Amino acid sequence: MTDIRTDSFEAMPARERERVRVEEENRRLAQERKKIARDGPKLKGAKLAARLDLAWRRPPGIVGWLATVDHKEIGRRYILTALGFLVLGGIMALFMRLQLARPDNSMIGAERYNQLFSMHGSTMMFLFAVPVMEGVAVYIIPLMLGTRSTAFPRLNAFSYYMYLFGGLMLWIAFVLNMAPDVGWFEYTPLSGPQYSPGKHTDIWAQMVTYTEVAALAAAVVLVCTILKARAPGMTLARMPLFAWAMLVEGIMIIFAMPAVALVTTVLLIPDRLVGTQFFNAGEGGDALLFQHMFWFFGHPEVYIIFLPATGFVSVIVETFCRRPVFAHSVVVLALISTGILSFGLWVHHMFATGLPRVGYSFFTAASISVSIPTGLQIFCWLATMWEGKPRFQVPMLYVVGFIFTFVIGGLTGVILAAVPLDLQLHDTYFVVAHLHYVLIGGAVFPLLGIFTYWFPKITGRMMNERLGRVSFWLVFFGFHATFLPMHWSGMLGMPRRVYTYPAGLGLEVPNLISTVGAFVLAFGVVLFVVNGLVSLYRGAIAGPNPWGAASLEWATSSPPPVYNFEHIPVVESDTPLWDTDGELPVVSGLRVDQKEMLLTTVVAATPDVREPVPQPSLWPFISACAVGLVFAASIFSAWAVPFGLIPCGIALIAWFWPKEMKRHPEPIIS
Amino acid sequence: MSLRASAKAAVLPLLLGACQYQQYQSDFGGAAVEDRQFLTLFWIFIAVCGVMYVLVIAFMLAGIARARRAEANVVETGRHHQSDPLMRSTLIGWTALIGVGLAALAIASFFTDRSMAKAATNEKLSVTVTGKQWWWDIQYNAADASKTLRTANELHLPVGVPTRILLQSSDVIHSFWVPSLAGKQDLIPGRANDITVVPTRVGIFRGPCAEFCGLQHAHMALVVVVEPYADFIKWWDHQLQPAPQPTTPLALAGYKYVTTGPCSACHAIGGTPANGQIAPDLTHLASRKSLAAGTMPMGEGQLYGWVEDPQSIKPGVNMPTIGLEPGQLHAVVAYLETLK
Repeated sequence: MTDIRTDSFEAMPARERERVRVEEENRRLAQERKKIARDGPKLKGAKLAARLDLAWRRPPGIVGWLATVDHKEIGRRYILTALGFLVLGGIMALFMRLQLARPDNSMIGAERYNQLFSMHGSTMMFLFAVPVMEGVAVYIIPLMLGTRSTAFPRLNAFSYYMYLFGGLMLWIAFVLNMAPDVGWFEYTPLSGPQYSPGKHTDIWAQMVTYTEVAALAAAVVLVCTILKARAPGMTLARMPLFAWAMLVEGIMIIFAMPAVALVTTVLLIPDRLVGTQFFNAGEGGDALLFQHMFWFFGHPEVYIIFLPATGFVSVIVETFCRRPVFAHSVVVLALISTGILSFGLWVHHMFATGLPRVGYSFFTAASISVSIPTGLQIFCWLATMWEGKPRFQVPMLYVVGFIFTFVIGGLTGVILAAVPLDLQLHDTYFVVAHLHYVLIGGAVFPLLGIFTYWFPKITGRMMNERLGRVSFWLVFFGFHATFLPMHWSGMLGMPRRVYTYPAGLGLEVPNLISTVGAFVLAFGVVLFVVNGLVSLYRGAIAGPNPWGAASLEWATSSPPPVYNFEHIPVVESDTPLWDTDGELPVVSGLRVDQKEMLLTTVVAATPDVREPVPQPSLWPFISACAVGLVFAASIFSAWAVPFGLIPCGIALIAWFWPKEMKRHPEPIIS
Repeated sequence: MSLRASAKAAVLPLLLGACQYQQYQSDFGGAAVEDRQFLTLFWIFIAVCGVMYVLVIAFMLAGIARARRAEANVVETGRHHQSDPLMRSTLIGWTALIGVGLAALAIASFFTDRSMAKAATNEKLSVTVTGKQWWWDIQYNAADASKTLRTANELHLPVGVPTRILLQSSDVIHSFWVPSLAGKQDLIPGRANDITVVPTRVGIFRGPCAEFCGLQHAHMALVVVVEPYADFIKWWDHQLQPAPQPTTPLALAGYKYVTTGPCSACHAIGGTPANGQIAPDLTHLASRKSLAAGTMPMGEGQLYGWVEDPQSIKPGVNMPTIGLEPGQLHAVVAYLETLK
C-alpha cells in the first residue's frame, strides 16, 4: 500500500503534494478531535456531568485524601483547621480572663500566664486570622470567578499541609510545656539566647516560618487564580469586590510576609543557635532591628486580616440590600490604597522607642490617613443600604454589628496614631481594647456573617436563623462587655501582658466586667458552632441560590460538584445572576475526559489558553513533610539545614519531574 | 429601658473608679505638665471622633429606617444599576469632611508634640533610671560627685522643677511610665532615651513597667513621690547619709548576718561592708513606701514574708529563698527596719 501511494505521491507536482499533505493532516486532526470528548451543544446534562465527574474525581481512600488538589476540599480543611485554632485560642483567652477577674489572683502563675497570652496571640494571628481568610478564599474564589480549579492546585495542597504542621508543632509544644512565653511579638533581647533559655522561642520562630510559607503559597495561588482564571467577560471592572479584596491581600502577603520570615528564621534563630549577634547591642547589633522588621510585617498583617473581611461585608451588603455596592470603583480604589498605605505605618507601634521626632510626625500623618479609604468604604456600604432595601437576616446583622463595632476601633486607632496620645496609651489595655475592636469587630464579625452566608453553598443546608440571631446578640453584647471596659482599665494605667494587678487601683470593676463579658461572648460562639453542627444534618435544604445573590458561586449546585460548573459561564455584567433570565451564557469546547480549565486575559478576560489541571499527587504532602522536618529539626541543630535539604530536594524534584508532553489537536472554542 | 439601666449600672462605678483612683496611677491624674497636655489633646480627639461616630451610626440607622418606607433601587424593581445622583455629592462631601477632620487632628497632635519637645530642653535636674529584671535602679546625678545618690524603686521629684530622666537598660527592653505624670518611653539596651517631666502637683504616684520584660513584668513598678523643693532637698541629703548603726542586740545580729552573709553578695548598704552591685541598694530601704519594686507596701509583715521566701511572692525573681532559721529571720528583719 505504501509503495503505490508513495509512488503516486512522489509523482505529483510540489504544490499539489503540499496541498495533499495539509489535507491529510487536517483529516487526521479531525479524527483525533472526534475521539476527544468536549462539553458543548452535543454533550450536556447528566451525560456531561457523569463525564466531568469521572475526569475530576480524586481516587478514594486515605491516599486520595492526602493527594487531593481539589480547591474545595483544601479550602474546607483550611477553614475547619482555622476554626479549631480559633476555639483553642479562645479557650486561652478565657483562662486569662479568669486569672484577671480578681486583683492579686493566684489561679494561674506567671509562667503559665505568659505562655497563655503568647499562645493566644500567636494562634489568633498566625493560625486563625490569616489562614481562615485564605481558606474561605481558596474555597469560594474559583466558584465566584466561574472556573473549575485554582491556579497551581498542588501548591495549594502544599500550603495547607505546611500550615497544619506549623500549627500542630506549636500546640504539641504547648502540651509539652515548651510553648513560647515571651509574647506573639518576641522582642529581642528578651527572646534572645541570654534571656530566653530553652526552646520556647525557637518553636515560636519556626511556627511563624511554617505559616508564612503556607500563607505565601496560598497568596500566589489566589493572585494567579484571580488574574488568570476568571470567566470570560469578567473584566477587572466587573470582578466581585471580594475577589478584589483577595487580590490586594494576596499581593500584600507577598510583600509583607518575607520580612517576618526573615527576621525570625534568618536573624533570630541564628542568634540563638549559632551565636550570631544581630540583636545584641553589646556586640554591635541592634535590639530595635527586630521591632522594625517585625512591624514592617505586623502592621500590613492587620490589613491582611481586615481587607478580606471588607470583601465579606461587600458581598453581604450587595446580596441583602438587593443592589450592587455603591461606587464599585471607589471601593476598589479604597482597597488598593489601604494596601499601599499600610506599608508606611509600622513605626506607630514603636513611638515609645525614642526614634527621631520628624519621623514620628510622618508616621502619625500616614497612620491617620489610612482611615480615609476605610471611611470611604464604610460610606459606600451605608449608601448601598440607603438606596437599597436591606433584609435583616443573620449575615446582615453581623454587618450592622461590624459597623457599630469596627468604627469605634477605627476611631481609637486615630487616637493612637497621635504621638502624644500614644505615649500614654501604648502597651496598655486601651490598645488591647482597640485591637480587639478592629480584629473581632472588623474581621470576626464579618467572618461569622459570611460563614452563615456561604454555609449553604459549602454544605447544601441552611443554618438555623433563630439560633443564628441568638448567637449574634450574645456575641455582640458579650464582645462589648468584654472590651469596652478595657478602654477604662487602660486609662487607669493597666499595662498589657501582666498576669496580675494590685488591688486598690480601680481596676477591679472593669476587669470583672470584662471577664463576665468574655464568657457571654464565648457562649455565643459555642451556640454558633452548635448551630453549624446541627444545621449540617438537620438544616433546610438550600438549593443553588438560597439568598437570591448575584455572583457566580450561586450559579452551580450546593454543594458544588467536584468540577464546579458543567459549563464555564460567560459574564456580561457585574451582577450576572441578576441580569440574565434563567440560564447564563456559557463557553463550550473544554475537554471533559481530562481535567482542563480555561485561562483568560488579565484585564479584559477574553479566552486565552486551555490549561490542563494537574492530577492529584502525594508529592505536595511528602514535600511538606520534608520541609516541615527541616524546620522542626533546625530548632535543635544547625546541621538540620544542610542534611535536611536532601529529602527536601528529592521530594521537590519528584514533584516537579517533567512529564512527557503530548501534542494534542487544538479545539476551536466558539 | 432595662438596657439603659444596666448600661448606667455598668458605667457609674467605672466613672467613680476613675475619679477615686486618678491620684495614684491613671492617665487622668494630670499631675504634670505633660499629662495635662495629653488630657487636653485626648478630649479634642474624643470630641472629633465622637462626632464622626455619631454621623456614621446616624447615617446607617437613617438608611435602615428609610428602606422600610421608600421604594428602593433594588433588583426586584429592575433599577438596581441606578444610583441617586445626590449620593455622589454626599460621597465627595463625606471625603472632604473626613479629610478636614483628620487634618485638624493631625495638626493638633503635631503642635502638642512640639510643645512637649520644647519643654524637654530646660531641665534643672537629671536622674538616670536603669531598668533591670524586675526592678528600677535610680541614680541622681550631681555635678559634685559626693552628692551623687544611688537608690532603687522609688523616685522623688521636686514639684515644678523640669527633670530629665535618662533611661537605659542593662538587660531587656522595659518601659518607663508614670501615667499620672507623662507618657511612656522605652529603656532599650544599647540606646540612650530620656523623658522630661515637670510635676505640677504634690502626691504619690505609681508607675508600672509598660513593656513586657519577662516572667515578673507584672511586678515591676516604681513609686514616684512628688514633693516641695525643700522636702526634696532634705530627702536627698538624708539619703546620702550612710546607714545608721544598729543599736539593739537583735538588729546587731541581723547586721552581722546581712553584711557578711549571702545578702551582701548582691545588695549594697552604705557605710557597711555590704557592697553588692547587682540588686537594689538597701541603705534606706525602710524609708521607702513599697517593697520588691512595687509588689507590696513596706511594713514589718511584708519584710518577714519577703526575706523568708521571695520566690513564693514574686516567682522567678533573682533573689533566692535562702531558708533562714527563725532566729536569723527575726534578726535580719529587725536590722532592715532600722534602715530608715
